[in-house]
Amino acid sequence: MADALVYLYAVTDADAPEPDVEEGVDGAPVRRVGTGRLAAVVSSVDAVRFGEDALKRSLEDVQWLEATARAHHGVVDAAALAGPVAPVRMATVYLDDSRVRALLTDSAAAFTAALDRVRGRVEWGVKGFAVAPDAPRDPEPDPGSGTGPGASYLARRLAERRRAAHGHEAALEAAEAAHRALAATSLASRRYPPQDPRLSGRREEMVLNAAYLVKTEGALRQVVEEHTGRGLRLELTGPWAPYSFATLEEP
Amino acid sequence: MTSGGLPAPGRSRDPGHRQESTNLADILERVLDKGIVIAGDIRVNLLDIELLTIKIRLLVASVDKAREMGIDWWEHDPTLSSGQRDLAEENRSLRERIGALEAGRAAAGDGERRAVERSDG
Repeated sequence: MADALVYLYAVTDADAPEPDVEEGVDGAPVRRVGTGRLAAVVSSVDAVRFGEDALKRSLEDVQWLEATARAHHGVVDAAALAGPVAPVRMATVYLDDSRVRALLTDSAAAFTAALDRVRGRVEWGVKGFAVAPDAPRDPEPDPGSGTGPGASYLARRLAERRRAAHGHEAALEAAEAAHRALAATSLASRRYPPQDPRLSGRREEMVLNAAYLVKTEGALRQVVEEHTGRGLRLELTGPWAPYSFATLEEP
Repeated sequence: MTSGGLPAPGRSRDPGHRQESTNLADILERVLDKGIVIAGDIRVNLLDIELLTIKIRLLVASVDKAREMGIDWWEHDPTLSSGQRDLAEENRSLRERIGALEAGRAAAGDGERRAVERSDG
């Protein structure tokens, strides 16, 4: 194993079943390294490709990044189906299994507390988008009323802009109200900055980006339905492994 | 990107519950920004991760990459679709300028600027 490093995905209970996943990052098989009540979900990876220099370069390669992020997430997801899981940030790499065991031993109390916080719970994401309210069905300006096509175009644009500004304010307020209601039905919640439209692939402005820790998502789903409308569209994503809540500190 | 393939293992147990093709932005947000942060033996600077997020945004704006990633928002935006080549070109030149600026930071002081400051004082 001298030519291999150990890629760490997540920490879980030692007595949780093996995660059911074919392969991890870089096509590597997934295994577990256990000590005491904890187990680390890991893969042995190529020492060159996951060495410091290569890793730094690879993180800038979007295709590598996408493949690795999806593989990392796939393993975390499978581990979350098998038991409580504390996901570790992507690209956390150790020299060998003994270093991973040392981590588990040294931080046993913190990992156990993190796993206890998320045991039997899942994370759901809610994103809110400002959507243009339906334009009122103004009759087209009468062409014979003295306003030229230019003036009526400008009047129409001005009205659109006023509606958009008003809609934006309304969407932000609606998003705050939705978040309060969602948080009230959850065990914990965290808010995140809105995603850049270029990253979200969406044209609408994101006005809410939050994660909620719940046992089941029924109540969240109901709030999402109740608060969708009036210039706000809410989207529920999940279930996610508790990326936002299995932290080593209290979230 | 995942369509047409065999069902992913681990998902078949829970059909209809988990999403087959999760949004890449959502995944990146979680695997890079969230999760437990521990310094492994192979050091990836925290700052690198933050810079990475910015870089992804620049890269996503590059048309070819974005299309590969299944993001095609510009094709629905009439103000952008006509100038998509310019946008990619602009991003390329911006990246070159960032590289040049980073390289130039260590370079020697600027004599001309000092001359201007002297004439002002």
